[in-house]
Amino acid sequence: MSLRATSSQTVGPFFAIGLDWLNRTDLADPGVQGERISIEGRVLDGDGKPVPDAVIEVWQANSQGKYAHHEDAQKKPIEPAFRGFGRIPTDDEGRFRFSTIKPGPVPGPDDRMQAPHIAVTVLARGLLRRLATRIYFPGEAANGTDFALQLVDPARRDTLIARRIGDEAGRFEWNVILQGPGETVFFDC
Amino acid sequence: MKHLAGYRRPYPGTQPNHLSPLYRSSIKRAPSQPLIYLPHTLSEVTGPVFGPGDVDIKACDLTRQHGGEPIGERIVVSGRVIDENGRPVPNTLVELWQANAAGRYLHKWDQHDAPLDPNFTGCGHALTDSEGRYRFVTIRPGEYPWRNHYNSWRPAHIHFSVFGPAFATRLVTQMYFPGDPLLEFDPIFNSTPDEKARNRLISQFDWETTLPVQALGYRFDMVLSGRESLPWEGK
Repeated sequence: MSLRATSSQTVGPFFAIGLDWLNRTDLADPGVQGERISIEGRVLDGDGKPVPDAVIEVWQANSQGKYAHHEDAQKKPIEPAFRGFGRIPTDDEGRFRFSTIKPGPVPGPDDRMQAPHIAVTVLARGLLRRLATRIYFPGEAANGTDFALQLVDPARRDTLIARRIGDEAGRFEWNVILQGPGETVFFDC
Repeated sequence: MKHLAGYRRPYPGTQPNHLSPLYRSSIKRAPSQPLIYLPHTLSEVTGPVFGPGDVDIKACDLTRQHGGEPIGERIVVSGRVIDENGRPVPNTLVELWQANAAGRYLHKWDQHDAPLDPNFTGCGHALTDSEGRYRFVTIRPGEYPWRNHYNSWRPAHIHFSVFGPAFATRLVTQMYFPGDPLLEFDPIFNSTPDEKARNRLISQFDWETTLPVQALGYRFDMVLSGRESLPWEGK
């Protein structure tokens, strides 16, 4: 017998008063190593309407593929200036944007490397539980063998892979479709 | 090769269904496809770490954030953050936010016809101590009407956000008050099918933390997912 985890409840529409203090849309201060990237997109509901009362939280490794956490035992350099956490609210049009460095590959099961990715939590009014998903990058050879992507129906994998915007280096688009056609893949995790 | 122990998944019925039609906002926002089970990798068993340098130690007293005293009944809300194995979760970030005593949030979208309180913002945060304990001083939030169904009112509640040790342990929840007659009508509270799990969201009046002449104490413990097996146990 063990205890049971506390039930989740929605953040509701007014979370900004409690969560804004920790907003972080630029994860990497100058001096942090790695390829500078930005990711922007929208959170949309089942009618394709923008979700202006959502907040996404992101968690990622540094450019070497090392998490700033004691359970990452890889012999890779840690960067004290890079926590790897961002909290980004959506605006009135459901838009969000954050800038960071591209994460390096991190190990997966059987010590096979996972493709570079960012772990994402989505919170919003109407979501009684947080939604967990991932952002991958286009054109990565490792996407073809990535542990988590292989769990996903190939027809839906694109929802997890950001797209380049134009020719601008390091600028990506990735959207969160909560429901319906093109629904983003969410993980039970 | 090192075995990576994941975190336990919720016991059936103890978490809300994503789609709970009585809570109208979930109808167009809940995913329609089943979630894909993801065995935990390094990405899920790690998570952001916060320390004393990230927090304002004054942020645990919501009654002292302005020049004067907020209107309302002062209360002490305290408890422990533990995991399903009963182990304390130390040094983890707890955030909370709430309406004022009149049931009004300091938010541009809250149009409830009730007064704002210039001496009350309604937010706070703190790190748990080495035993997983936290403590906030605040005022009892008011109930308020919302647009969900005819004559719908939210029971008094305080929103909580907790990180825990990993991406997989993130928790956002709401704490309620004992004896609130609105609980049985609230679709958000009732979105958790398991009655016992639901009732664990109701704080308990607590003499031990009640301050004579000053403030009633309410206790609210939060339990985060526990490790499936601890890294140093069996292989």
